[in-house]
Amino acid sequence: MVRLEEHKTETENKAIEKIPLPSRVYIPLSQHLGKICKPQVKIGDYVFTGQRIGSAQANVYAPVHASISGKITSIQDWPHPVLGRGKSIVIENDGQDKSQIPNPKSQIEIDNLTAEQIRNIVLEAGIVGMGGASFPTHIKLNPPKAVDTLLINGAECEPYLTGDYRLMIEKTEELLRGIELVARCLGIKQVYIAIEDNKPQAIKAFMVSGLAGQRVSGLTRTPVNPQTGTPLKVIVLRSQYPQGGEKQLIKNILNKEVPQGKLPFDIGVVVHNVATVFAVYEAVYLNKPLYERVVTVAGSCISNPKSLLARIGTPIKDLIDFCGPLKEELAKIIIGGPMMGIAQFSDKVPVIKSTTGILLFNKKEAIFNEELPCIRCGACVRECPVFLMPSLISLASQKGLWPQAKIYNASDCIECGLCSYVCPANIRLVQHIKRAKIEVVK
Amino acid sequence: MKNRLIVSVSPHLHKDASVSKIMWMVVVSLIPAGVAGMFIFGVGALWVILLGVVSALITEWIVQLFAKRRVSVLDGSAFLTGLLLAYNLPPRVPFWLPIVGSVFAIAIGKQVFGGLGQNIFNPALAGRVFLMASWPKYMTTFTKPQNFDAITSATPLAALKEGKVLEGISNWNLFLGIRGGCIGEVCIFALLLGALFLFVRGYISWHIPVTYTVVVGLFTYIFGPRGLFSGDWLFHILSGGLILGAFFMATDYVTSPLTRCGQIIFGIGCGLLTAIIRLWGGYPEGVSYAILMMNAATPIIDRYTKSRIYGTR
Repeated sequence: MVRLEEHKTETENKAIEKIPLPSRVYIPLSQHLGKICKPQVKIGDYVFTGQRIGSAQANVYAPVHASISGKITSIQDWPHPVLGRGKSIVIENDGQDKSQIPNPKSQIEIDNLTAEQIRNIVLEAGIVGMGGASFPTHIKLNPPKAVDTLLINGAECEPYLTGDYRLMIEKTEELLRGIELVARCLGIKQVYIAIEDNKPQAIKAFMVSGLAGQRVSGLTRTPVNPQTGTPLKVIVLRSQYPQGGEKQLIKNILNKEVPQGKLPFDIGVVVHNVATVFAVYEAVYLNKPLYERVVTVAGSCISNPKSLLARIGTPIKDLIDFCGPLKEELAKIIIGGPMMGIAQFSDKVPVIKSTTGILLFNKKEAIFNEELPCIRCGACVRECPVFLMPSLISLASQKGLWPQAKIYNASDCIECGLCSYVCPANIRLVQHIKRAKIEVVK
Repeated sequence: MKNRLIVSVSPHLHKDASVSKIMWMVVVSLIPAGVAGMFIFGVGALWVILLGVVSALITEWIVQLFAKRRVSVLDGSAFLTGLLLAYNLPPRVPFWLPIVGSVFAIAIGKQVFGGLGQNIFNPALAGRVFLMASWPKYMTTFTKPQNFDAITSATPLAALKEGKVLEGISNWNLFLGIRGGCIGEVCIFALLLGALFLFVRGYISWHIPVTYTVVVGLFTYIFGPRGLFSGDWLFHILSGGLILGAFFMATDYVTSPLTRCGQIIFGIGCGLLTAIIRLWGGYPEGVSYAILMMNAATPIIDRYTKSRIYGTR
């Protein structure tokens, strides 16, 4: 693992700003891993903010909701930040932001919620893993095996992104409530909040705040719920990439490894991202489905980089214009972080549930030098967080030797991008390994 | 908006590192040893170095041109090969010897295999061994240090081989390089200075050079001339081309193993072979052959020292 240049100073001290509602939103029916939703509305229908507009009959899915109020104008193919294109529901804003969301629940109601009820609320709210993986959260709240340890992932190890950091500073109490809900739902015995040492204010925020006003200053231990007494510990990690990866986080905090081909729950651990936990809080306490999220807009092209609270479906152009004007000629738009994010071909793509950031790179940053022959320096081998030998997999892949790629465990690659980052020969290791992963499975 | 966005696979950041930067940094780290060689053996040494480097560059250029490969003469790798070859030559060799050596090193040692990164053997050492086999007389005629009349002298190791000990050469002299030997190998102090630079900048790690040196020291100490545990290990470490070989040639990325574990095996192998050749072999000096033999073993070391995948503990 490597400590990367952070590029976080431009946005980390700016409060999250609400961006004005867009005139139109484009809500993709697939914003999660699993079954694609079917529209539950017709063209011409009027929808309220937070109304469910797409759902599916499946185990692994998450419903989608209207993020503004207005008329459905079309259901069509539209640029999608992850899939390239995807069916989306277009809503014309009526400017009212009318909703039928019931009033927040009382504390007694919340204290009496069962695990099953919490899970249902999370499912109905359409919550998915918001760190980028977009796996439906209600499934992670219902593991096939009992778990006892909950890791709250506030590592945010990707450069440029500061949305999670801002959430931890500004919404500490809410996050603690969300953590309590998740812990209750899973029957957790120990909670860890993992924060990298480049986020001092977030660490401080968690150290001094307890639940519901009970302040426990200067302590790392404070019960997540006064009744159940589940201990919560803030873990300060040395900043390094890709520490925010589920399996890397587990190794660095618990010194355990998730066995090859298994998932964290197999060793009794569940990891949730802070943004996801915040969404759980909002869904349970405020009855609010997941229709907005924090997105960091940064990069050398933008003149006012900051973290924004944007409605799902807002075209990224609106966010770029809001933080604009552009200082330089735009050469690359990345959705997500610079290490694992996806370069976009259009600024029409909307913000979706897993959009952590929008990065605007100039020509100089976007250019990637010519690929040279591997000199076997071994940097990729030393830095690989899953201990692969990327240079050898890449070599096998370039020559089409798929059995060889399999021997070198190509499918264990997490595509964190670190090997390509450190390679002095500019070899597109991740690209070659991704190719091998597909071929190996065949 | 004009749609001119660049679309590429992640990651979208890249470390400020490049092959040519690495190569030139190694060249820089070798400067002290070359300067010391010039002080010790006179300007003649400079000519050998220049001939070695220039002919390496020209050979690289010609071969790449003819093979229709991307011409990368200035990436520092050919420069480094020429430099290392010259450092491995005696100071007073005929002018054509470094030229022939460099041509062989680049054309046969490197480009025949496909160029940078593809060669099995360290090109500079391949060149040296070729010269050694073809013109052993020139390759083993050494001059006395700081004596510009070209009085020949044996190297301390060669003298030892014949059962003699060179008078008046202390370990301190060996450390500073006041002895007969090849241009770049004599001044241990200058070499260690360069190696320290490479360590600090992270271009080499301790795994190969330290195990290599320690094994040679240990082995020569155990199997001493007057029975077990009587060897002059410091003499063996300081003389010959061990330090140059261990820190600058055995650490060549292309021809050494990928994993740390493999590198330690590689270092131990180099050390054992060097010591065995020195103590019981026909040559006084064993570094070149030891490294070349371990170069040949690198693929198999790599195969058996694969890293342990996450989650397979």
